[in-house]
Amino acid sequence: MNTASSDLLTLVLGIFGVLILASVIGYVLQRRFSANGPNAAVDNLNARIKAWWVMVILIGLAFIAGRIGVLVLFAFCSFAALREFVTLINTRRADHWALASAFFIVLPIQYYLLWAEEYGIFAIFIPVYAFLLMPIISVLRGDTERFLLRIAEVQWALMICVFCASHVPALLTLTIPGYEGRNVLLIAFLVIVVQLSDVLQYVWGKLFGRTKIAPNLSPSKTVEGFVGGVISATLIGASLWWITPFTPFQAGVLAFIITLMGFFGGLVMSAVKRDRGVKDWGNLIEGHGGLIDRLDSVVFSAPIFFHVVRYWWSLS
Amino acid sequence: MGLAGGEIRMKALVAKIAAAAVVLFARAITAVRAIWPEEGLPSRPCIYFANHSSHGDFVLVWAVLPPRLRHLARPVAGAEYWLKSKVSAFIGRDVFNAVLIEREREKRTQDPIELMTTAIDDGSSLILFPEGTRNQTDARLLPFKSGIFHLVAARPDVELVPVWINNLNRVMPKGEIVPIPLICTVTFGNPLRITPNEGKDAFLERIQAALLALSPKPLGSGE
Repeated sequence: MNTASSDLLTLVLGIFGVLILASVIGYVLQRRFSANGPNAAVDNLNARIKAWWVMVILIGLAFIAGRIGVLVLFAFCSFAALREFVTLINTRRADHWALASAFFIVLPIQYYLLWAEEYGIFAIFIPVYAFLLMPIISVLRGDTERFLLRIAEVQWALMICVFCASHVPALLTLTIPGYEGRNVLLIAFLVIVVQLSDVLQYVWGKLFGRTKIAPNLSPSKTVEGFVGGVISATLIGASLWWITPFTPFQAGVLAFIITLMGFFGGLVMSAVKRDRGVKDWGNLIEGHGGLIDRLDSVVFSAPIFFHVVRYWWSLS
Repeated sequence: MGLAGGEIRMKALVAKIAAAAVVLFARAITAVRAIWPEEGLPSRPCIYFANHSSHGDFVLVWAVLPPRLRHLARPVAGAEYWLKSKVSAFIGRDVFNAVLIEREREKRTQDPIELMTTAIDDGSSLILFPEGTRNQTDARLLPFKSGIFHLVAARPDVELVPVWINNLNRVMPKGEIVPIPLICTVTFGNPLRITPNEGKDAFLERIQAALLALSPKPLGSGE
């Protein structure tokens, strides 16, 4: 067993330990508070923990399957996220071909470029080619009603759900001296830090939350939750330095950037939901809502994390 | 004889696989989710009546029904459309076991109401689109045709379940061949029944209102 797989194994065992602890706590809470009938908060917590098991196992299986497994998993995430996003935007019949090509041409090409390790095209394919070609496809039908709004929304959907999300598996393409064959651990680092930050912000907020941080956007987010979550997730990130090419201090700084981007990503996506008049993006993950509800913070932090690491650590 | 029996079994197997494939495809594209009524669905054969905006409508209703109810359900569809080619006839007749009715009054060889009552008497449920044709207008619902009234007038004990199919018209608008993946919901309402002495217009108006009550508010309306 090489160091990458033994580190991964340690990590997975640690995560399973956390989930088992969470499941036990959830069970105890359920016995205490909802023995004689349902308790919405506890039931939601337990649904979330159950969903976490499924998500961790899915990611674990993808890691075992290697590069192709990770690419397929995130391509599927992009597909499901794009499906949720496009459901909520203003589209007209004239956009039919533009949308069909977003799903069946742009998305597969973006992930194929990762598979082929064509970084030069991967980085600009959606911002340049899709950006210019999608409105051309729409305009050919000659429908000008809300045209700017429609093409902007389709482009935004692609940027968030496909372009940004594809930067998680893109971490596999980096070449970091002394870190060969271990890139999958960078994905683990990013996903663990950003998701723990979400969970810890929720927990700190539930325990000590007093002051709402953005009452118009997300009534459940508090200053106390934000500060506690960011600090504790940053410390956890620093303590995970051994799975990264970074020093503990560097790992802490990167974890801090990830958690901040994740937090603001959550705010931005909440604002989009408010604008569209919905509470959740969908119902794919029980207890959590849609896939984008779980992925919003990852999507915002992944491209920044990718480029910071690429700029300072990678040769490619 | 043995050969013919084998052929029939083969055809039934292909139909079963095709049905599973169609349902799987519909689920992959629409991630369809059912919203059930408080009173639950009737366990006895009943009539599901839904809004109609796409050829895929009955597939979605069929896909979300629990298996034991799904096996009872037969869509009612236009014979002119489904018997046009061999493939569509196979899908309509063998895969979905549709009750195929002739819509053009002058050319009819069989009475549609009789076909539907026979299916109900045989223990089947029906999936019915009382608008009669796909709704291509901006109105949420076209006025119902009277067939559904004559049907329940003949079988007044059969319950009617309103079913609102949301978003499928955006997935595949008329004339398009490639579906766009979008999340669809299928909302079932509480079962209704015709009341004694209820007139045709009052009945049609009542069930139209029951169906419309299930339709969601338009997105971004700020409501």
